[in-house]
Amino acid sequence: MLKMKKIERPLSPHLQVYSPLINMVMSIVHRITGSLLYFGTAILMVWLLCIASGEAAYDTFQAISNSFIGTVVLIGYTWALIHHMLGGIRHLIWDTGSGFEIENINRLAWGTLIGSVLLTIIFWILNYTLS
Amino acid sequence: MRTALNKVRGLGSAKEGTGHFWKQRITAISNIPLTIGFLLIIFCAMSFNYNQNVELLNSPIVSICMILTILSFTYHMCLGMQTVIEDYIHKELLKISMLILNYLFSFFVMIASLYSILKINFIG
Repeated sequence: MLKMKKIERPLSPHLQVYSPLINMVMSIVHRITGSLLYFGTAILMVWLLCIASGEAAYDTFQAISNSFIGTVVLIGYTWALIHHMLGGIRHLIWDTGSGFEIENINRLAWGTLIGSVLLTIIFWILNYTLS
Repeated sequence: MRTALNKVRGLGSAKEGTGHFWKQRITAISNIPLTIGFLLIIFCAMSFNYNQNVELLNSPIVSICMILTILSFTYHMCLGMQTVIEDYIHKELLKISMLILNYLFSFFVMIASLYSILKINFIG
Protein backbone atom coordinates (compact mmCIF):
# COMPACT_ATOMS: atom_id res chain seq x y z
CA MET A 1 0.00 0.00 0.00
CA LEU A 2 1.19 3.51 -0.77
CA LYS A 3 2.25 5.57 2.22
CA MET A 4 0.11 8.68 2.17
CA LYS A 5 1.92 11.95 2.65
CA LYS A 6 0.61 13.86 5.62
CA ILE A 7 -0.79 17.18 4.43
CA GLU A 8 -1.88 19.84 6.91
CA ARG A 9 -5.42 20.71 5.94
CA PRO A 10 -7.78 23.15 7.65
CA LEU A 11 -10.27 21.37 9.90
CA SER A 12 -13.99 22.07 9.85
CA PRO A 13 -15.44 23.47 13.10
CA HIS A 14 -15.53 20.76 15.72
CA LEU A 15 -16.47 20.18 19.37
CA GLN A 16 -14.64 23.18 20.82
CA VAL A 17 -16.56 25.82 18.86
CA TYR A 18 -20.02 24.68 19.90
CA SER A 19 -21.61 25.50 23.23
CA PRO A 20 -22.68 22.22 24.83
CA LEU A 21 -26.27 21.23 24.13
CA ILE A 22 -27.99 18.55 26.23
CA ASN A 23 -28.35 16.28 23.20
CA MET A 24 -24.67 16.52 22.36
CA VAL A 25 -23.61 16.00 25.97
CA MET A 26 -25.83 12.90 26.28
CA SER A 27 -24.32 11.55 23.06
CA ILE A 28 -20.82 11.90 24.51
CA VAL A 29 -21.95 10.44 27.85
CA HIS A 30 -23.45 7.46 25.97
CA ARG A 31 -20.01 6.65 24.60
CA ILE A 32 -18.33 7.17 27.96
CA THR A 33 -20.84 4.97 29.82
CA GLY A 34 -20.44 2.33 27.09
CA SER A 35 -16.68 2.34 27.58
CA LEU A 36 -17.10 2.13 31.38
CA LEU A 37 -19.52 -0.78 31.05
CA TYR A 38 -16.87 -2.62 29.02
CA PHE A 39 -14.90 -2.88 32.25
CA GLY A 40 -18.08 -3.21 34.34
CA THR A 41 -18.76 -6.52 32.61
CA ALA A 42 -15.31 -7.60 33.79
CA ILE A 43 -16.45 -6.89 37.38
CA LEU A 44 -19.46 -9.13 36.72
CA MET A 45 -17.05 -11.82 35.50
CA VAL A 46 -14.94 -11.49 38.67
CA TRP A 47 -18.06 -11.74 40.84
CA LEU A 48 -19.15 -14.95 39.06
CA LEU A 49 -15.62 -16.39 39.23
CA CYS A 50 -15.50 -15.67 42.99
CA ILE A 51 -18.80 -17.47 43.61
CA ALA A 52 -17.58 -20.39 41.48
CA SER A 53 -14.30 -20.48 43.42
CA GLY A 54 -15.89 -20.83 46.85
CA GLU A 55 -16.78 -18.93 49.99
CA ALA A 56 -13.32 -17.53 50.75
CA ALA A 57 -13.03 -15.87 47.34
CA TYR A 58 -16.59 -14.60 47.65
CA ASP A 59 -15.86 -13.05 51.06
CA THR A 60 -12.85 -11.23 49.57
CA PHE A 61 -15.06 -9.87 46.80
CA GLN A 62 -17.68 -8.78 49.35
CA ALA A 63 -15.05 -7.03 51.47
CA ILE A 64 -13.79 -5.05 48.46
CA SER A 65 -17.23 -4.26 47.05
CA ASN A 66 -18.49 -3.11 50.47
CA SER A 67 -15.56 -0.72 50.92
CA PHE A 68 -16.02 2.97 50.14
CA ILE A 69 -14.29 2.79 46.76
CA GLY A 70 -16.05 -0.47 45.94
CA THR A 71 -19.44 1.07 46.67
CA VAL A 72 -18.65 4.14 44.54
CA VAL A 73 -17.62 1.86 41.66
CA LEU A 74 -20.79 -0.21 41.95
CA ILE A 75 -23.04 2.87 42.13
CA GLY A 76 -21.20 4.18 39.06
CA TYR A 77 -21.68 0.83 37.34
CA THR A 78 -25.46 0.74 37.95
CA TRP A 79 -25.82 4.36 36.83
CA ALA A 80 -23.75 3.74 33.68
CA LEU A 81 -25.80 0.62 32.92
CA ILE A 82 -29.14 2.38 33.32
CA HIS A 83 -27.97 5.49 31.46
CA HIS A 84 -26.61 3.45 28.56
CA MET A 85 -29.84 1.42 28.40
CA LEU A 86 -32.05 4.53 28.33
CA GLY A 87 -29.69 6.21 25.85
CA GLY A 88 -29.81 3.05 23.76
CA ILE A 89 -33.62 3.09 23.71
CA ARG A 90 -33.36 6.73 22.53
CA HIS A 91 -31.09 5.65 19.68
CA LEU A 92 -33.40 2.77 18.74
CA ILE A 93 -36.31 5.23 18.55
CA TRP A 94 -34.22 7.39 16.20
CA ASP A 95 -33.37 4.29 14.13
CA THR A 96 -37.05 4.02 13.24
CA GLY A 97 -36.79 7.51 11.71
CA SER A 98 -38.95 9.24 14.30
CA GLY A 99 -38.33 11.57 17.23
CA PHE A 100 -36.14 14.04 15.35
CA GLU A 101 -38.14 17.18 16.15
CA ILE A 102 -36.04 19.52 18.34
CA GLU A 103 -38.45 19.38 21.28
CA ASN A 104 -38.52 15.57 21.18
CA ILE A 105 -34.74 15.39 20.93
CA ASN A 106 -34.38 17.62 23.99
CA ARG A 107 -37.11 15.74 25.88
CA LEU A 108 -35.44 12.37 25.21
CA ALA A 109 -32.00 13.70 26.17
CA TRP A 110 -33.22 15.15 29.48
CA GLY A 111 -35.28 12.01 30.07
CA THR A 112 -32.17 9.86 29.68
CA LEU A 113 -30.26 11.93 32.23
CA ILE A 114 -33.02 12.43 34.80
CA GLY A 115 -34.37 8.90 34.40
CA SER A 116 -30.96 7.28 34.89
CA VAL A 117 -30.15 9.32 38.00
CA LEU A 118 -33.60 8.72 39.54
CA LEU A 119 -33.58 4.96 38.85
CA THR A 120 -30.04 4.65 40.25
CA ILE A 121 -31.06 6.49 43.45
CA ILE A 122 -34.18 4.29 43.80
CA PHE A 123 -32.08 1.14 43.25
CA TRP A 124 -29.60 2.04 45.99
CA ILE A 125 -32.11 3.43 48.50
CA LEU A 126 -34.19 0.25 48.20
CA ASN A 127 -31.02 -1.79 48.46
CA TYR A 128 -29.98 -0.09 51.70
CA THR A 129 -33.44 -0.15 53.28
CA LEU A 130 -34.12 -3.81 52.44
CA SER A 131 -30.74 -5.25 53.39
CA MET B 1 -27.54 8.47 -4.34
CA ARG B 2 -27.96 4.78 -3.57
CA THR B 3 -25.29 2.41 -2.40
CA ALA B 4 -24.74 -0.49 -4.77
CA LEU B 5 -26.33 -3.66 -3.44
CA ASN B 6 -23.11 -5.67 -3.58
CA LYS B 7 -21.47 -3.14 -1.23
CA VAL B 8 -24.35 -3.40 1.23
CA ARG B 9 -24.23 -7.19 1.03
CA GLY B 10 -20.65 -7.49 2.15
CA LEU B 11 -18.24 -5.90 -0.28
CA GLY B 12 -17.81 -2.59 1.52
CA SER B 13 -14.47 -1.35 2.82
CA ALA B 14 -14.62 -3.64 5.86
CA LYS B 15 -15.93 -6.54 3.73
CA GLU B 16 -18.91 -7.02 5.99
CA GLY B 17 -21.42 -4.49 4.65
CA THR B 18 -23.98 -3.48 7.26
CA GLY B 19 -23.22 -6.52 9.45
CA HIS B 20 -21.65 -4.53 12.28
CA PHE B 21 -24.51 -2.03 12.43
CA TRP B 22 -27.11 -4.80 12.35
CA LYS B 23 -25.48 -6.94 15.08
CA GLN B 24 -25.10 -3.82 17.24
CA ARG B 25 -28.85 -3.13 17.00
CA ILE B 26 -29.91 -6.75 17.61
CA THR B 27 -27.78 -7.02 20.75
CA ALA B 28 -28.97 -3.53 21.80
CA ILE B 29 -32.57 -4.78 21.65
CA SER B 30 -31.80 -8.03 23.50
CA ASN B 31 -29.85 -6.02 26.09
CA ILE B 32 -32.96 -4.07 27.17
CA PRO B 33 -34.98 -6.91 28.80
CA LEU B 34 -31.77 -8.65 29.87
CA THR B 35 -30.50 -5.52 31.66
CA ILE B 36 -33.79 -5.20 33.55
CA GLY B 37 -33.58 -8.88 34.58
CA PHE B 38 -29.89 -8.48 35.43
CA LEU B 39 -30.57 -5.44 37.64
CA LEU B 40 -33.24 -7.43 39.53
CA ILE B 41 -30.82 -10.36 39.96
CA ILE B 42 -27.94 -8.24 41.30
CA PHE B 43 -30.42 -6.34 43.47
CA CYS B 44 -31.24 -9.64 45.21
CA ALA B 45 -27.63 -10.85 45.12
CA MET B 46 -26.34 -7.78 46.94
CA SER B 47 -28.24 -8.55 50.13
CA PHE B 48 -27.60 -12.32 49.92
CA ASN B 49 -24.80 -14.26 51.60
CA TYR B 50 -22.65 -16.84 49.80
CA ASN B 51 -25.01 -19.80 50.12
CA GLN B 52 -28.03 -17.75 49.09
CA ASN B 53 -26.16 -16.50 46.03
CA VAL B 54 -25.20 -20.04 45.01
CA GLU B 55 -28.84 -21.00 45.42
CA LEU B 56 -29.94 -17.97 43.40
CA LEU B 57 -27.60 -18.83 40.52
CA ASN B 58 -28.74 -22.46 40.71
CA SER B 59 -32.26 -21.51 39.75
CA PRO B 60 -32.78 -22.28 36.03
CA ILE B 61 -34.51 -19.01 35.17
CA VAL B 62 -31.78 -16.93 36.84
CA SER B 63 -29.03 -19.01 35.20
CA ILE B 64 -30.57 -18.79 31.73
CA CYS B 65 -31.08 -15.05 32.20
CA MET B 66 -27.44 -14.64 33.30
CA ILE B 67 -26.09 -16.76 30.40
CA LEU B 68 -28.08 -14.73 27.86
CA THR B 69 -26.98 -11.50 29.57
CA ILE B 70 -23.31 -12.51 29.37
CA LEU B 71 -23.60 -13.47 25.68
CA SER B 72 -25.51 -10.33 24.73
CA PHE B 73 -23.37 -7.95 26.83
CA THR B 74 -20.00 -9.30 25.68
CA TYR B 75 -21.00 -9.33 22.02
CA HIS B 76 -22.41 -5.79 22.23
CA MET B 77 -19.43 -4.41 24.16
CA CYS B 78 -16.99 -5.98 21.68
CA LEU B 79 -18.77 -4.27 18.77
CA GLY B 80 -18.98 -0.97 20.67
CA MET B 81 -15.32 -0.92 21.69
CA GLN B 82 -14.35 -1.79 18.10
CA THR B 83 -16.13 1.39 16.95
CA VAL B 84 -14.46 3.47 19.67
CA ILE B 85 -11.00 2.12 18.71
CA GLU B 86 -11.61 2.71 14.99
CA ASP B 87 -12.82 6.26 15.70
CA TYR B 88 -10.00 7.45 17.92
CA ILE B 89 -6.88 5.44 17.14
CA HIS B 90 -5.33 6.26 13.81
CA LYS B 91 -1.88 4.70 14.02
CA GLU B 92 -2.34 1.49 12.05
CA LEU B 93 -0.23 -0.89 14.14
CA LEU B 94 -1.66 0.35 17.43
CA LYS B 95 -5.18 0.22 16.04
CA ILE B 96 -4.85 -3.39 14.86
CA SER B 97 -3.24 -4.38 18.18
CA MET B 98 -6.09 -2.78 20.15
CA LEU B 99 -8.70 -4.46 17.92
CA ILE B 100 -7.11 -7.87 18.51
CA LEU B 101 -6.91 -7.19 22.28
CA ASN B 102 -10.57 -6.16 22.21
CA TYR B 103 -11.68 -9.42 20.61
CA LEU B 104 -9.55 -11.53 22.97
CA PHE B 105 -10.64 -9.62 26.09
CA SER B 106 -14.35 -9.77 25.21
CA PHE B 107 -14.09 -13.47 24.41
CA PHE B 108 -12.24 -14.17 27.65
CA VAL B 109 -14.85 -12.32 29.72
CA MET B 110 -17.59 -14.28 27.95
CA ILE B 111 -16.02 -17.70 28.44
CA ALA B 112 -14.87 -17.12 32.05
CA SER B 113 -18.35 -15.90 33.04
CA LEU B 114 -20.15 -18.77 31.31
CA TYR B 115 -17.74 -21.28 32.85
CA SER B 116 -18.45 -19.87 36.32
CA ILE B 117 -22.24 -20.03 35.90
CA LEU B 118 -22.09 -23.60 34.59
CA LYS B 119 -19.70 -24.69 37.35
CA ILE B 120 -21.98 -23.25 40.05
CA ASN B 121 -24.94 -25.04 38.44
CA PHE B 122 -23.51 -28.45 37.71
CA ILE B 123 -20.57 -28.94 40.06
CA GLY B 124 -21.31 -26.46 42.87
